[in-house]
Amino acid sequence: MSRLLATTGLTAFYGDFQALFGIDFEVGTGEVVAIIGANGAGKSTFLRSICGLLPVAPAHVRLDGAPIGGLPAHRIAARGVAMVPEGRRLFPSLSVEENLLAGAHLRRAGPWSLARVYELFPVLRQKRRSYPRTLSGGEQQMAAIGRALMANPRLLICDELSLGLAPVVVKSLYEALAQVVREGLAAVIVEQDVALAQGMSGRLYCFQEGRVSLRGASSGITRAEITRAYFGL
Amino acid sequence: MPISASDLIGWLDTLVQGVLLGGLYALFAMGLSLAFGVMRLVNIAHGDLIVLSAFGGVALVLGTGGSPYAAFAIVVPAMAALGYVLQRVLLNRTLGGDILPPLLVTFGLSIIIQNLLLEIFSADSRSLRAEGFETASIQLGGGIAVGWLPLSVFLAAGAVTVGLELLFGQTGLGRAFRATSDDRVTAELMGIGHRHVFALATAVSFAIVAVAGIFLAFRTTVAPSDGPGYLLYAFEAVIIGGMGSFWGTFGGGVILGVAQAVGFRFDPGWGILVGHLACLAVLLTRPEGLFPRTRD
Repeated sequence: MSRLLATTGLTAFYGDFQALFGIDFEVGTGEVVAIIGANGAGKSTFLRSICGLLPVAPAHVRLDGAPIGGLPAHRIAARGVAMVPEGRRLFPSLSVEENLLAGAHLRRAGPWSLARVYELFPVLRQKRRSYPRTLSGGEQQMAAIGRALMANPRLLICDELSLGLAPVVVKSLYEALAQVVREGLAAVIVEQDVALAQGMSGRLYCFQEGRVSLRGASSGITRAEITRAYFGL
Repeated sequence: MPISASDLIGWLDTLVQGVLLGGLYALFAMGLSLAFGVMRLVNIAHGDLIVLSAFGGVALVLGTGGSPYAAFAIVVPAMAALGYVLQRVLLNRTLGGDILPPLLVTFGLSIIIQNLLLEIFSADSRSLRAEGFETASIQLGGGIAVGWLPLSVFLAAGAVTVGLELLFGQTGLGRAFRATSDDRVTAELMGIGHRHVFALATAVSFAIVAVAGIFLAFRTTVAPSDGPGYLLYAFEAVIIGGMGSFWGTFGGGVILGVAQAVGFRFDPGWGILVGHLACLAVLLTRPEGLFPRTRD
């Protein structure tokens, strides 16, 4: 397994406020890595940094060894990094199908197409002419995942898929995601639900106050370790 | 008071001429509506760009002695290119956050364009002669005649509206326009670079401005200081029509044209005023415009 995306000593700031203090992180090709941590631990800031939404030093983020830190977000997207943003962020004036097509804006070649997304989430085919605000939260999340897949990414980043959704819906979403990553797509999953994060991922990072407080194989980490890393006890 | 047949025909004529005039105002307004819809950019120099295009056509015909219709083939792409570059190097830097910077910068542009035109062309009014086309008309019977030129302007406005609806509704670029307008950051995550997309939107807007400017020069005389007046008509058409729909803008232009024509029929001094009053009435009673978008 070769290294796909890596950060070394990544620092990030909001103005004078430092949000990340030297994050070392990596995800290999075909690997699923989860990030957990309390609110304000820096998980979303970290994702924003690697997607090009926050200015960071070029060498702090590398994709295939090439420095991509601080590139505009659309350039990083063109290199095959796709994001399912927190809160879905579907385009409200685009229909479901148009939202999916917007994800394919860059026309990257790959296995994902409208037909395959509809196969994964059949309900989206029925609602393809509907507008996002008429969809349930779970359907919206499916559309957001589908939109990211339409980019035919090499790395899929999912920010809090379970936020505000019923447990049964979350379960089916993660089942679909498990199906997707089984095909060899690398993914970074930020998740509040620790058990879900552990179950989905091969490795796991816990963030605390802008630092990595715990890392390791997901199956080898105990609840007690996670609790300590989560709260910094 | 009984209404005579000639009165009735007179009013019908007023209505027809007003609708056709409205086509020109719709053309004025379309680029403004597009720029606001995609970028939330209010371009104060919009009217001056119409006048600039008109003078571009005049200069081309004076300079080359060529056909005035050739002005479309040259000025439209030239203005589109100017729009792309202007957005890329200047206007993009004013967007995001506050609404004031783009207003100030385009207000400055307005002054620059007016004075540049004054410097080059003097304060004289100019127009384009369309080889008799501007005076040719079709008799509809009953004493009502429709000029070929106003009819062409009206049809061009309709064609531009259809074209924009298709562009926005059916193409990848239109999807990128709407996605960027909805949520610039998320669009970036999809690989839609907003600087390029905005520049393309301005290019389309300026191309429409060029069409409007050349038709204006066919229809009437144009002076370097006329821009702000046309900006006002464009604003009024957009306000009457409502934001977010090109057919709404088209309808707004037509209503403004009819209102002015009705005013002119009462008294030549009243036309413009009645147009303003129509806009004011819409602002008071339906601030969202008469045909706002209801789709989403």
